[in-house]
Amino acid sequence: MIEFRGVTKQFPDGTVAVAGVDIVVPPRKTTVFVGSSGSGKTTLLRMINRMVDPTAGQVLIDGTDVATLEPVGLRRGIGYVMQNSGLLPHRKVIDNVATVPLLRGEKKAVAHARALELLDTVGLDRSLADKYPSQLSGGQQQRVGVARGLAVDPNILLMDEPFGAVDPIVRAELQQELLRLQGELGKTVVFVTHDIDEAFLLGDQVVIMQHGGQISQAASPAEILANPADDFVADFVGANRGKRALHLTEVDGRRIVVDDDGRPAGVLAS
Amino acid sequence: MNWLWSNLDLVGELMLTHLALSVPAIILSFVISVPIGWIAHRYRWSRGVLLSLCGLLYAIPSLALLIALPIVTGQRTTSPINLVIALTLYGIAVIVRTAADAFDAVEPDVRQSATAIGYSAAGRFWGVELPLAGPVLLSGLRVVIVSTVSLATIGAVIGVQSLGSLFTDGLQRGIQAEIITGIVATMVLAIGLDWASVAIGRMLMPWWRPSAAERRRTLDRVERVDAA
Repeated sequence: MIEFRGVTKQFPDGTVAVAGVDIVVPPRKTTVFVGSSGSGKTTLLRMINRMVDPTAGQVLIDGTDVATLEPVGLRRGIGYVMQNSGLLPHRKVIDNVATVPLLRGEKKAVAHARALELLDTVGLDRSLADKYPSQLSGGQQQRVGVARGLAVDPNILLMDEPFGAVDPIVRAELQQELLRLQGELGKTVVFVTHDIDEAFLLGDQVVIMQHGGQISQAASPAEILANPADDFVADFVGANRGKRALHLTEVDGRRIVVDDDGRPAGVLAS
Repeated sequence: MNWLWSNLDLVGELMLTHLALSVPAIILSFVISVPIGWIAHRYRWSRGVLLSLCGLLYAIPSLALLIALPIVTGQRTTSPINLVIALTLYGIAVIVRTAADAFDAVEPDVRQSATAIGYSAAGRFWGVELPLAGPVLLSGLRVVIVSTVSLATIGAVIGVQSLGSLFTDGLQRGIQAEIITGIVATMVLAIGLDWASVAIGRMLMPWWRPSAAERRRTLDRVERVDAA
């Protein structure tokens, strides 16, 4: 469990990125921080592995204030996946995946064997192991990034807009892959995105952030849709635009679900 | 041509002497410039001062430096050590800005991701920043190689043996072939070392595919130094 207690981050130039955030990230579930740029969602994520230290408040992992932990060791125990994969361009795929175990002093043979298994886990062919990241497609690089994040079998996996830079088809594929993985592994996933649909798809808990680093609402996707906390949330999730107000209409004897503008959203399964 | 055939031994010997002067200077200037470049990259406030100071080294007239250095080092004027020090100083002037650029060129994303997955500051320098700065560092090194090998000939004027001795000797004795041999041998040495550095670079950086843009940058640097 990760807990934010009255967490604030003010940068030296006076900008407040996060303002008094209290939130609990439940274990073995996916929590998605969603908001537009400047909402402090990435700053919050980075406080978990001490890439950013709060100026006030505490971040606790299983009851321990991370400020008392040595950052390098803390980071080696937490999986991290970022946009554009963040892979080391000068190291082969297999070495990238094995980076953190090797940093922790594991034997190379063991780390490499495990890295190959992880390539299977994320759905990559083992023949890619000896390639350099630049020889892979964006989607493949992102999968390697996920494999690297899982390399030390961490309890916590931080994902900073990991699918933001890939095309929509690959993104959809990666999202499904993440759902499958999460079903199998049950990590405590903290996911940051600006895409509300992605948040609703992946999140058990969705935390909607607004400009200035405050939480507007934190709840399950269903609760947020049923009961948006305020106009900002309603607007953000699209409830005000009629995007989420679906109703039924009949076409050729089948019941079609359409939104307020009459655009089809799907077919009602009977 | 006759002159060359009858003096092959001498030319070969001078090439070796020339190598013995330039290679230590090239390596020293590289090894000294990398940390200076890193500091200039890492601490913005130091950048202007460091780069200007190192750049100014190049403005010291070489003959004056060669005459003044023995006073500082306590070595004889004709000692090769003075020349190696002078060449090192000029080498630093040539490469230090490139060294700073090389570290600037490391993608911030990659640096940040290395930190995020648990590299310590030192581990990140040796394992991520330095190797990724490699291609640009190499382009700087190549310029230093060429300029140092060429500049080392000046030693002949103050009595330090090198391929430059072929110029002074050829001039005094009016042997044109000797002067031309000196020029060609110097260029051959420079090109040979340049190729060797690229070969070593490829070996150490198997991931590196020199792009057309990088090749152009190297040429630009050579031209800039030549113009100066």
